[in-house]
Amino acid sequence: MALELDSITVRYGRTAAVSDVSLSVADGEVVALLGPSGCGKSTLLRTVAGLEKPSSGFVRWDSADLAGVPVHRREFGLVFQDGQLFPHRTVAGNVAFGLRMKKVERETRDKRVLSLLELVGLEGYADRRVTQLSGGEQQRVALARALAPSPRLVLLDEPLSALDRALREQLAVDLARLLREAATTALVVTHDHDEAFTLADRVAIMSRGRIVQVGPPAEVWSCPVDVETAKFLGCNKFVPGSFVGLDVERVGLRSTALRVDPDGLFEGTVLERVHRRDHVRLLVEIAGEEYEAVGPVSVGDRVRLAIDLDGVARVG
Amino acid sequence: MGRAVAQARAGLSSRTGWSAAALLPLAFLALFFAWPVLAIVNLGLREGGVLAAIAEGDTWELVGFTLGQALASTVVAVVAGMPLAFVLARCRIRGLGLVRAAVMVPFVLPTVVVGLAFRTFWPDGGVLPIVLANAFFNVAVVARTVGGLWAHTDRRAEDAARALGASRPRAFVSVVLPALAPAIGSAAAVVFLFCATSFGVVLVLGGSRYRTLETEIYLRTVELFDLSGAAALSLLQFAAVLAVLVLGALARRRRETALALRGREELARRPSGGEWYVVAAAFAVVVALLTPVVGLVTRSLSTRDGWSLAGYVALNTRGDRGTLAVTGIDAAVNSLRTAFDATLVALVVGVFSAVVLVGLRRSGARFAEVLDTALMLPLGVSAVTVGFGYLITMDALPGDFRTSPLLVPLAQALVVTPLIVRMVLPVLRAVDERLRQAAATLGASPARVWREVDLPLAGRSLAAAAGFGYVVALGEFGATSFLARPDAPTLPVVIARLMSRPGELNSQMAYAACALLMVVTVGCVLLIERLRVPSSGEF
Repeated sequence: MALELDSITVRYGRTAAVSDVSLSVADGEVVALLGPSGCGKSTLLRTVAGLEKPSSGFVRWDSADLAGVPVHRREFGLVFQDGQLFPHRTVAGNVAFGLRMKKVERETRDKRVLSLLELVGLEGYADRRVTQLSGGEQQRVALARALAPSPRLVLLDEPLSALDRALREQLAVDLARLLREAATTALVVTHDHDEAFTLADRVAIMSRGRIVQVGPPAEVWSCPVDVETAKFLGCNKFVPGSFVGLDVERVGLRSTALRVDPDGLFEGTVLERVHRRDHVRLLVEIAGEEYEAVGPVSVGDRVRLAIDLDGVARVG
Repeated sequence: MGRAVAQARAGLSSRTGWSAAALLPLAFLALFFAWPVLAIVNLGLREGGVLAAIAEGDTWELVGFTLGQALASTVVAVVAGMPLAFVLARCRIRGLGLVRAAVMVPFVLPTVVVGLAFRTFWPDGGVLPIVLANAFFNVAVVARTVGGLWAHTDRRAEDAARALGASRPRAFVSVVLPALAPAIGSAAAVVFLFCATSFGVVLVLGGSRYRTLETEIYLRTVELFDLSGAAALSLLQFAAVLAVLVLGALARRRRETALALRGREELARRPSGGEWYVVAAAFAVVVALLTPVVGLVTRSLSTRDGWSLAGYVALNTRGDRGTLAVTGIDAAVNSLRTAFDATLVALVVGVFSAVVLVGLRRSGARFAEVLDTALMLPLGVSAVTVGFGYLITMDALPGDFRTSPLLVPLAQALVVTPLIVRMVLPVLRAVDERLRQAAATLGASPARVWREVDLPLAGRSLAAAAGFGYVVALGEFGATSFLARPDAPTLPVVIARLMSRPGELNSQMAYAACALLMVVTVGCVLLIERLRVPSSGEF
């Protein structure tokens, strides 16, 4: 077990930002801390980095307590949301920073810098000023800088949140490949479940300072532990399991759970239709209740609807 | 449990570490500032002159005139400085470089030079030239301090007010002015302080007719040998200065929260509509600022017999009938060397103090406020008092320090250090904490973070501060006039001596020396302007 968090509590004055959190990250594993803003996930990450002191609990690495180990001796790489590149250094100067701190000799250093720039797709950028880079390029440099000294653990704090949507999705895929290829042990903080599911081997859902559920992405997605988590993961309607033909007490419906289908079991009236990115979302009334659905129809139409189990999550 | 204690101790140890480091600048201040000043105070108290001096009606007249002229000068400086602040912060127009230099030059001109420049227009001196000359100096403080904040205030608040139907003046009064108030308050406090303790201009333009506390201290010490009276007045002045400093510190603290509103500067844009009136006003102020400068150069070239370089040629002599112990050129060389030493000392003490101050603030030590205020004190205490204090205390240091060539540089460094602290501090404080954390996670120790991140980022403003300090040291007059030995005077001392002796050649030579000093000063200022990080310093 590489990283182990044991009953960590972090207080600011009287309020606890993180309450009694335990979590472990295995060697080579990528774990995502997923939760809404203000849930304490960034505080937890900063505690691991050594930038915050836990009020109680232990951060351990290979079973050794890190309480007495200051930030700069932990050998944990950290990537901030907005890069935080050193504005007075070039791209190469930024990437080489950690290697210089480790007193790596010049020749090895230069080689490593070049190979990392290649890894993040920025060949030929070595001598650019970081202030001339786009947001996506800056984030790649930040990643290369964090990876350069071969850290034991990489901490990523909302690494893609500052970028626009198209770039974010592209970079998430690149980042996932990069972390896997280098067999990196990493802890990622994010509020975006697409990002978490793309990057992580396991996802830990945080809410109000506590971890409420940990598991592989598919499991967390299909079986959220409670209504609140299900809502955070996109469920907007909760009905008994029998409604969709499942033998569970309660299920959550995402907006794709009901699909227009002539052979469907339900009948309803379309109240509204809204164009989304890759589908048309409908608001339909079925037996006096409003549900979301997808399908190519017009407002006012009477339609039949079928259940799509991909859009259904078992809750609890 | 044991670990919690260990952590509490770790937080405490960084705090105690910084507090211990703070003792170094404090020790410097204690030895080269507090001790001489307290010695003077003690001298005054021991001879029982304080009560007598306070009981005198003359003293209160003196206090009244000192504060009155300072208040008038402050008002003039603020009124003249506001349009300049607007232009510097918000406008993109041709000639902005000229505006910037024209604002900066007066602030660093040697007081003696400014005094003489105004005497070319008011040969007999008087209250009006005193007020105008003091304001002339300090327009820069207002324009820079207010302009700095103005550039960082969110323009959208003003736009919102305009969209809600406020006229431009109305939006200014109800949205912009309140946002700028802390900067205006802080600038006014500093200007008031400078004007209340202004020495060179008041001495040159007021002579013995219009006296402030500062010149009275000088006159009583040097001409009447009334040490206890002088000490009593120093004490009075010190109390007033302390009060103003405390007010200034309060305003500064409020401004720090105001600055956090918007980290980036608003983009300057071309003025439109009524804004051109403000631009016109700013350029009128610029012309007014340049007039004494031009007048001085003209005067240095014109004699009763027409245009002549006689004054400049005479710089290679000792003046009319040996007025000076050395030639003007020797004094100039000595000036340059002394100012260099002073800058070096001030840079070491100032940068170290700024680093300690930021460190103290980051570790949350209350002590920071104490050190901050203590570092500003030398700005407000009469340089004359300090110089005089050196004379009566420094013989106690090993090897009779009074004759040491380091004496004058140290006194000048004391004046320059607060300026350097004020210029470097905001830049260091503006360094993003997360940038430092990024360096730490990459393996940089706390000391290494300073070396790799903070100091390189502050590099340009460090260089600017050094240049600025050099110029101020070059023109320092109050303390230097006390301490410089007759065989090693600086240029300002030489100028004052030349002016106080009769003879056409002497005054011609004084004007020439002034012009020379001004050229060096302006050269330095232009260099600084190139190095400046946009509006991050306070002056």
